[in-house]
Amino acid sequence: MKSYKDYMLFDKLPQTWCAGCSHGIVLQSIAAVMAELDVDKHDMALVSGIGCFGRVDDYLDINCMHVTHGRALAAATGVALGNPNLHVLCTMGDGDGTTIGGNHLIHAARRNINVTAIISNNYNYGQTGGQYSATTPTHSITQTSPYGHIEDNFDICKLAIAAGASYVGRATAYNPVMIRKLIKEGMQVKGFSLIEVMSACPTHYGKFNKLGEAARMLKLMNEQSVTVAQAAKMSPEELKGKLVVGVLKNEPRDDYYTEYARIIEAQRIE
Amino acid sequence: MGKTVKKFMEGNDAMVAGAIAAGARFFAGYPISPSSEVAKGAAKELPRHGGIYIQMEDELSSMAALCGASLAGKKAFTATSGPGFSLMQENLGLAVMSELPCVVYDVQRSGPSTGAATKPAQGDLMQAKYGTHGDHSIIALAPSSVQDCYDLSITAFNLAEKYRTPVIFLADEVIGHLRATVSIREPEPGEIINRKAPAPGTTQKDFRPYDYSGNMPAPMVGVGDRNLLMRTTGSTHDEKGEFRPTPENIDRVTHYLMSKIEDHVDDITITREYKMEDADTVLISFGCSVRSSMSAVDLLRKEGVKAGMLELVTVWPMPEKQIRKALQQAKNVVVVELNMGQLAGEVRKYNDYGCNVIQANRTDGVLITPKQVVDALKGGMK
Repeated sequence: MKSYKDYMLFDKLPQTWCAGCSHGIVLQSIAAVMAELDVDKHDMALVSGIGCFGRVDDYLDINCMHVTHGRALAAATGVALGNPNLHVLCTMGDGDGTTIGGNHLIHAARRNINVTAIISNNYNYGQTGGQYSATTPTHSITQTSPYGHIEDNFDICKLAIAAGASYVGRATAYNPVMIRKLIKEGMQVKGFSLIEVMSACPTHYGKFNKLGEAARMLKLMNEQSVTVAQAAKMSPEELKGKLVVGVLKNEPRDDYYTEYARIIEAQRIE
Repeated sequence: MGKTVKKFMEGNDAMVAGAIAAGARFFAGYPISPSSEVAKGAAKELPRHGGIYIQMEDELSSMAALCGASLAGKKAFTATSGPGFSLMQENLGLAVMSELPCVVYDVQRSGPSTGAATKPAQGDLMQAKYGTHGDHSIIALAPSSVQDCYDLSITAFNLAEKYRTPVIFLADEVIGHLRATVSIREPEPGEIINRKAPAPGTTQKDFRPYDYSGNMPAPMVGVGDRNLLMRTTGSTHDEKGEFRPTPENIDRVTHYLMSKIEDHVDDITITREYKMEDADTVLISFGCSVRSSMSAVDLLRKEGVKAGMLELVTVWPMPEKQIRKALQQAKNVVVVELNMGQLAGEVRKYNDYGCNVIQANRTDGVLITPKQVVDALKGGMK
């Protein structure tokens, strides 16, 4: 029986993230799922972008490609098509994955590239000091919205569902068991899966919005959570400010490579 | 000898044929004039050879996908022009830093911005080297015929693989859309260079996908190799591919990224000479302007001027030796190009010989004529 430790590099610890940051919870969940699935690490590729969560590759003992800000899913598309036998994970933050990289997110979902995207959403750009991103809740305070944020925020899961992802799930960092379950299911889907993990950034977002320390932030997001089954019985008014957690979509269809392989099969001359 | 067939085709199609002959099996791109026929050809031909074509959402993602596919072991290419080439600069830098071989076909057009989208220009000479931020060197080849589009494509992929670098195929609208009969010669297996793999038996403990001790890239494996894990990053990294932003490491990586190309300039340089033996008037040119320059040499010779031409096929790294030789040999050098003097500036850098350097430029979206080249010489002659 393998352990998460078999997929991690320990010489880079302690991790770079601030005390109380949730990214470490997601990191351990990724390693734990690989152990549970007992995957050969040579079959694993992780593509990460820029931002606090982009540093996740530093600690994993698998194939890793650390790319530019926002382009992780585009690079992952190349990796997944370049070698269709790989399990490709793509780790991004909310800024990386949905703001600068939002266009790549919807197109990777639409094309159904065989990638498991894991977005750790802490509502702000932590690495640069806590500026607002496309997921920052309206009216909240960030370094660059000192008078309250006036934009509406993306619901990452709804975006991925609308764009055509095969599998979409959301969990909070309060619940690593659920994070692991979703990543595991996502990895077993041949096609585009997206797992959004609600994360705490006590250093910036938490401080700016007086949410207290990390434990309180996690507790708060747990209190906001409702399961898919509970949400089904709630009115839109009741759902305001809630986080629907669990499997939000699971409708696998043939991924891009499977479709393209049919063209190769039909046209091949060499 | 490999099998040879004659085909009447346009430059953009010959680029696709050359890329596939070189072993390219992945294309990611975004349509843009005047390069779109490369995408069209790649979409049609790649699956026939077991390769993959994907049309991305933009040029940012196209270049990123090229990096990913290259890391997965594929020979990868894209085709673009003007604004698209500008968008690719970000991840061109990623390919430089991560040392991921690939070929970027830039079929140059008039600019800046949308410019005159379908008209030829050669205004990307500087962008090809200096477009992405930070110090590095790069390889760029400029075809001056449809035959070049095929032959030099094979050279471009070979250089990319040998030096683990992106190579810019600096074509232009004139050459991309020119039609001619081309000898499509199937390369012998020995003519194709593939990236160096680690020695058999290399263990993970000993594997170093990067090597900054010399001036040649380390062997690499594709992601998915059965024995070795691969690690790359656009961040300044050490031999293992792990982030290492210490002053000493940043410095040696920067120097290495220059020297791995610049130290091999003789291997990378391709130039051609036309009537240079006794020339005291030398035209220096690249790409489509070469065609006008050649005719200008003939016109001048008829008038009794001892004219010759130096064609730069390799434009980056700049063929310093050959340019210096021309500057030493000639009284007048005319630099012929479809821009305001990007190559002329480079030529002047080497002019330690008091040679009279004249510019022959045309920037109205039309190919310069031989007469304009002759007139430029006469206007600037000393």
